[in-house]
Amino acid sequence: MDRPHRGPAGHALKGGAAVTASSPGPTRLIEARDLILSFGSTPALRGASLGVGQGEIVAVMGPSGSGKSTLLHCMAGILTPDRGEVWFGAQRLDTMSDEHRSELRRNRFGFVFQYGQLVPELTAEENVALPLLLSGTRRGPAISAARDWFATLGLDGLQRRRSGELSGGQAQRVALARGMVARPEVLFADEPTGSLDSVSGELVMDLLTAAAREHGTTVILVTHDARVAAYADREVIVRDGVVGTLTGAKP
Amino acid sequence: MSVPQTLLGLLERGPSHGYDLKRDYDTYFGQGKPLRYSQVYATLSRLARDGKAAPGPIEQGAGPERRRYVITEIGMADVDQWLAEPAPPEPDLQSELFAKVVLALMLGRPAASYLDAQRGAHLQRMRELTDLKRGGEPLTVLLADHSIYRLEADLRWIDHTAARLDMLSKAVQQ
Repeated sequence: MDRPHRGPAGHALKGGAAVTASSPGPTRLIEARDLILSFGSTPALRGASLGVGQGEIVAVMGPSGSGKSTLLHCMAGILTPDRGEVWFGAQRLDTMSDEHRSELRRNRFGFVFQYGQLVPELTAEENVALPLLLSGTRRGPAISAARDWFATLGLDGLQRRRSGELSGGQAQRVALARGMVARPEVLFADEPTGSLDSVSGELVMDLLTAAAREHGTTVILVTHDARVAAYADREVIVRDGVVGTLTGAKP
Repeated sequence: MSVPQTLLGLLERGPSHGYDLKRDYDTYFGQGKPLRYSQVYATLSRLARDGKAAPGPIEQGAGPERRRYVITEIGMADVDQWLAEPAPPEPDLQSELFAKVVLALMLGRPAASYLDAQRGAHLQRMRELTDLKRGGEPLTVLLADHSIYRLEADLRWIDHTAARLDMLSKAVQQ
């Protein structure tokens, strides 16, 4: 399978000073520029920049509290930075209306979080169909599109189960199907294997990266786990609210 | 890797020629470092001397002279004991990684930059191994996993060390 973005890791951290962590690829699909965000008096981002190319899978690593999830939430339009810019193609997210941003999140972005966050009252297939239903797709076609993902992700036979009847690994694969069902251009994954054992986590990452590559989906993957980051084309590291890349990676 | 015990273990499957043992060793354990024939035959001679393997009669044929080796009761007991003993849990305690960090701190050089470079190199290797696992044979996957988990352990140490450089710097410069 083509992996066009497995290129050089961009600029390096020199003597601890961080520089822009730009995508080496020619087409930058989504980009954060000099983001600054504080929660009260606590700074979370202090000038974080990250550019990610079309179809690229980038792992965002860093210690707890470094700002990596905050960066992801800003790039996904869930949080609005105090300063800086977020661009998705030619559209600027951080100045967009809430309504327009919500629409973008529903129709162009997909999400997978650490604890699947499935709706317990719904069946697995209804959970997967949810993004389509919220976008106005009729129930029949939405459920039909959702069902297509069950075989792909090794979930056959589990369509009618509720989240309480699924193992952690199964629930996370259902969450992955929900993240991918609307064919998003960008999938945001925040510690997608954080609650799983190593074997289940590996299966989720195999499926996530295979599905993303098949559909040309850009993935921004927040993880503290190097084994998970190893599935990405490249990794960046967030320290004290600033993004840097690492030296040592081969071009 | 203990070559004598590994060959003895392979021999426990059934009587074998040195050639077959070398082939199987290289297949399962060689990983680009095949055994030399001289090493195989010297090891088999030592195992025979120690009563752990018994040489059969020389087989005459069209090719070179060959003999099969058979594992003995003593040899099987040796394999049993070896398999039951855990390997030394800290074989890499004084690794180059450790030495570079300590020396960088002693000399006032940028240890953080070195750790970053090492982190990048480790992650790159983990990516290569993860690629190797895709569609790989089960034994290839098993070996790649072994390397990945060892690299991950190094990375945890790198992160832990990077977070304590100030304290470590004071300790080594005293």
